[in-house]
Amino acid sequence: MAYKIVGSQCSACAACEPECPNNAIREKNGTYVIKAEKCTECIGYFDDPQCVAVCPVEDTCVVDSSYPRYQAQV
Amino acid sequence: MRDAKLERGPGEAAVLREGPVAGGGCKASRCGSSAREDELPDAIREKVRRHPCYSEEAHHHYARMHVAVAPACNIQCNYCNRKFDCANESRPGVVSERLSPAQAVAKVAAVAGAIAQMSVVGIAGPGDPLANPEKTFATLRGVAAILPDVHLCLSTNGLALPDHVDEIIRLNVHHVTITINAIDPQVASRIYPWIFYDHRRIRGLEAAEILCARQMEGLRMLVARGVLCKVNSVLIPGVNEDHLVQVNRVVKAEGAFLHNIMPLISAPEHGTAFGLSGQRAPTAQELKAVQDRCAGGAALMRHCRQCRADAVGLLGEDRAAEFTLQKIASIPVQPDHAVRRAAQARIEETRREDARARHAQEPPLPMAAPGVRAQVAVATSGAGRINVHFGRAREFQIYEVDAQGVRFAGHRRVDLKGEDAMADEERLHAAVCSLNDCAAVLAARIGAYPRERLAAAGIEAVERFAEGLIHVSIRGWFHDYAGRVERGETVHRTGQDAPLRQGAYVVA
Ligand code: SF4
Ligand code: SF4
Repeated sequence: MAYKIVGSQCSACAACEPECPNNAIREKNGTYVIKAEKCTECIGYFDDPQCVAVCPVEDTCVVDSSYPRYQAQV
Repeated sequence: MRDAKLERGPGEAAVLREGPVAGGGCKASRCGSSAREDELPDAIREKVRRHPCYSEEAHHHYARMHVAVAPACNIQCNYCNRKFDCANESRPGVVSERLSPAQAVAKVAAVAGAIAQMSVVGIAGPGDPLANPEKTFATLRGVAAILPDVHLCLSTNGLALPDHVDEIIRLNVHHVTITINAIDPQVASRIYPWIFYDHRRIRGLEAAEILCARQMEGLRMLVARGVLCKVNSVLIPGVNEDHLVQVNRVVKAEGAFLHNIMPLISAPEHGTAFGLSGQRAPTAQELKAVQDRCAGGAALMRHCRQCRADAVGLLGEDRAAEFTLQKIASIPVQPDHAVRRAAQARIEETRREDARARHAQEPPLPMAAPGVRAQVAVATSGAGRINVHFGRAREFQIYEVDAQGVRFAGHRRVDLKGEDAMADEERLHAAVCSLNDCAAVLAARIGAYPRERLAAAGIEAVERFAEGLIHVSIRGWFHDYAGRVERGETVHRTGQDAPLRQGAYVVA
């Protein structure tokens, strides 16, 4: 599991980009995208996924269930 | 195109067709707010002498510029839809041209070269500048390097302010504006649904408590270190109109030098929480009533026109469209400092001459009709004179006059982007409605038909003061008017209200 950004919703405000502890968020063609391989759902860093917590548009940063749930490497 | 449609949605057209309003209940908005400069201490008055946003007189002579380098925000406001610009320092429903810090510095250089009166560069959005600290400070650093003579300013909701005070001091930022809509968390919680703070999304009263505390802490820190602080408040009828009187007193006590109370802009088509819940905007007289109740507290600012986050220009003009990224590519990059200095020296000379002329020519205020107080609309394009044709005015400056003197009371916009195609009749109707609470309009020229329409609405159309100094002319008109009222020849116009226009101030 990872998070993804619904492109049609994203306002390209860039608020999420610097909040991601894994540098997984980048701008691409006018909207922001999450690199699923880098996303850890913020596990091990914060209680809440940072992109979800900061994004001003509801339901824009959402779970991408095509990825298995991230397992923290403890 | 997108914003043109939004600015004049179906709701607004309906309001305009309803005709002049005689009281509340009208959902329309727009007019700004002016410091009575005599309320400011001398030292501060000198500091803001060239700042069009802070000095009512300066705003006839100097231009400001905002660069939209800060898209991210760290709070949610009920009057904001983050698909557009921040509504605190800009207007809902508007999208600014977003720039990287390097592009912003290039744009500032181009504008400074073309408009020598440009004396202030600010960052106000489109989100919160301090939620984008790298971009904001990189831009300010770049501007200071090429234009050491301009004042830098910054607007913020205050949440991140205490963390950045050192950098603000280091960059010699001249003025900071903090938007404080409430000091009581209970009231604030009706305005802010959530904040993003300490890596968490915090809602409700807890969020409001943190935000209010951080705003006050930031204000105190800046004041303690000698940075001028202005406070902006959005007047939201039914939520904070009484509370703002208290906000005014407290921010004054904490050292804010100016307080700017702006009307909420609210329309369903903006897609804001307030717009969708039917929260209405205040009318012109409701705004004025709150501003008047704050007299004696922090000096009030009445000439703010709520520019968009990438506004460029003087008074009612917005020349942003001349300086898009595409266009600045062909403008020489280095502003000529000698040319700028000379132009600004000329402006100061004109201001001194006008001040002398004002003292020499000002007719005495009539002693007759001591209770008469009137609002007058003036069509001007700057330089403190009545110099615009009624039909060409995109905004009017509103003054209040009585036996005590002439005071600036605000702006009234009558024209919006996308309305060029608007029928003349509709435009005229909109102009007449927006001036409904005025007894007279002073313009360089007023055509026969508009004159007739104004007369039908009970507003005097006056062109005999064309090219005259605003204050001198208003006194001249009032002298005559009060005499006529006294003799029973004219019925004093009073108790009217006007809708404030919705939508962003854009001429792009
Ligand atoms: S959930 Fe966390 S790690 Fe994943 S993209 Fe969002 S901020 Fe980055
Ligand atoms: S915070 Fe939300 S709206 Fe802003 S860029 Fe990220 S995904 Fe897009």
